Amino acid sequence: MKFALKILKDFPAYLWSGWGAIASIFLFIAVWDMGNQIYGDLVLPSPIETFKTLSLMLQDKDVLTEINITLYRASLGFAFSLVIGSALGLLAGFFITASMMSRPIVTILVGMPPIAWIVLAMIWFGMGDETVIFTVIVASFPIMFVGALQGTRTLDGDLKDMAKSFKLPWHMKFFDVYFPHIFSYLFPAWVSGLGMAWKIVIMAELLATSDGIGASLAVARSQLDTPTALSIVVIMIVSLMFIEYIILEPIKREVELWRD
Amino acid sequence: MERLEVKNLNHSFGFTEVLRDINFTLKKGQVLSVVGPSGGGKTTLLHLCANLLDVEEGNVTNSFVSTSFAFQDARLLPWKNVIDNISLGLLAKGMSKAKSIIESKEIALRFGLEENDFDKFPKDLSGGMRQRVSFARALVVKPSLLFLDEPFSALDIGLKKELQTILIDKIDKKEISILFITHDLMEAIRLSDEILLLKSDPGHIVKKFSYDLAQKERDDKYVYNESAKILQDEEIISTFELALK
Ligand SMILES: Nc1ncnc2c1ncn2[C@@H]1O[C@H](COP(=O)(O)OP(=O)(O)OP(=O)(O)O)[C@@H](O)[C@H]1O
Ligand SMILES: [Mg+2]
Repeated sequence: MKFALKILKDFPAYLWSGWGAIASIFLFIAVWDMGNQIYGDLVLPSPIETFKTLSLMLQDKDVLTEINITLYRASLGFAFSLVIGSALGLLAGFFITASMMSRPIVTILVGMPPIAWIVLAMIWFGMGDETVIFTVIVASFPIMFVGALQGTRTLDGDLKDMAKSFKLPWHMKFFDVYFPHIFSYLFPAWVSGLGMAWKIVIMAELLATSDGIGASLAVARSQLDTPTALSIVVIMIVSLMFIEYIILEPIKREVELWRD
Repeated sequence: MERLEVKNLNHSFGFTEVLRDINFTLKKGQVLSVVGPSGGGKTTLLHLCANLLDVEEGNVTNSFVSTSFAFQDARLLPWKNVIDNISLGLLAKGMSKAKSIIESKEIALRFGLEENDFDKFPKDLSGGMRQRVSFARALVVKPSLLFLDEPFSALDIGLKKELQTILIDKIDKKEISILFITHDLMEAIRLSDEILLLKSDPGHIVKKFSYDLAQKERDDKYVYNESAKILQDEEIISTFELALK
């Protein structure tokens, strides 16, 4: 609770530090507008037109439904791989044999291109929710797993001895000695897992479903509706930036205050 | 009677023999120092006594009701501030959070830490401050036996003396027994009932020195005199290779 308050208290200062980021976004939009003037509306609609389309889209109930469907799939897949990946990673980290055995599997999972998973999932599950959620899970699971594994494997033996010398009960050992260290590996893994989930969900939808923003993107492409396609891209980017910079980054700052 | 008894203790890391045939007894209320050259196996000996390393050969019997350890490197939890680090042992004993914070603040002030240091993380502390926090964390639990591994090495003489006085006070009241490691012979003479001289390669005890005068009665003159005496000792000279070549 105290912790949540501190995050809120430091929030305005954090926002203020975002001016540089905002400036660079405006610069980007300016370059975009230049691209529009060079290549024309069909290839690259102007930012103004895109944002107009975007605001129309956001007033449209159907579009909101599509966004909700995508959000649902992404968060379900993300939550599932977060829980399972972190838990299995911790387990594997605490047992040397398990961590050695899991390494090649992780290498395969990390190295396998998501598009291959989508194809397999389409064969296994057909077109629909399952395919998308499955792909999100297999793509972001290894990230969480590796984060938890590394956090556990790098626990400091000296601090373990210290905990032993003070006869810390198991719950103190876990929450005061092990967890903060593991969490400093886990949390960044969760953040990159989230980014991965968000990218994969769109890709999977585009190829394997008839609803969700990924599917809308496919429709926009087939109708050569560039403003809509760009608006969808903007929705994707803005929502990811919102989650990352407004929600996760402030938490990360507080969590890692003790670090050099 | 609470006591720590070490019998025929040997220890090796891999094929390197670090300790050979160590024997001593530490009785309740006693202060036993181990002095010796760097790398001689003092820390290893202390870890064996504190059950932080597994005894391979020989026996260590510890019947003290409670022990605590101040490590050579402070070993603070980097994600906890000064007060939360100090109160760790108290919380482990089941003391309430509020009470443990009060006691930790009290001892922190007594150890020369200041109010505005209390919220700092270890990364923002000086080496000596870290050492004091670590020492405070070990002392605040009021252990019956205290393991000290060079707890004063990073402190200036003023602070050193102040903390020694706190210890001497406890020794005088028979509240504590200490197994103490130091490089500093004067410090050993000021605090100990007995000094073990540990010669290296492999670490073995070559001589014991006893001091009977109560710690509280030892003034600077006594300490200087005894230090001068001990520095003339053949074994000391050869162990620390003091002789000019
Ligand atoms: N975990 C370990 N594995 C292998 N060798 C070790 C280990 N710990 C200590 N040693 C070796 O044991 C010897 C004794 O080390 P120890 O730390 O006990 O010395 P020390 O007397 O405490 O030295 P100092 O006064 O510098 O602290 C050294 O040669 C060291 O390299
Ligand atoms: Mg040492």
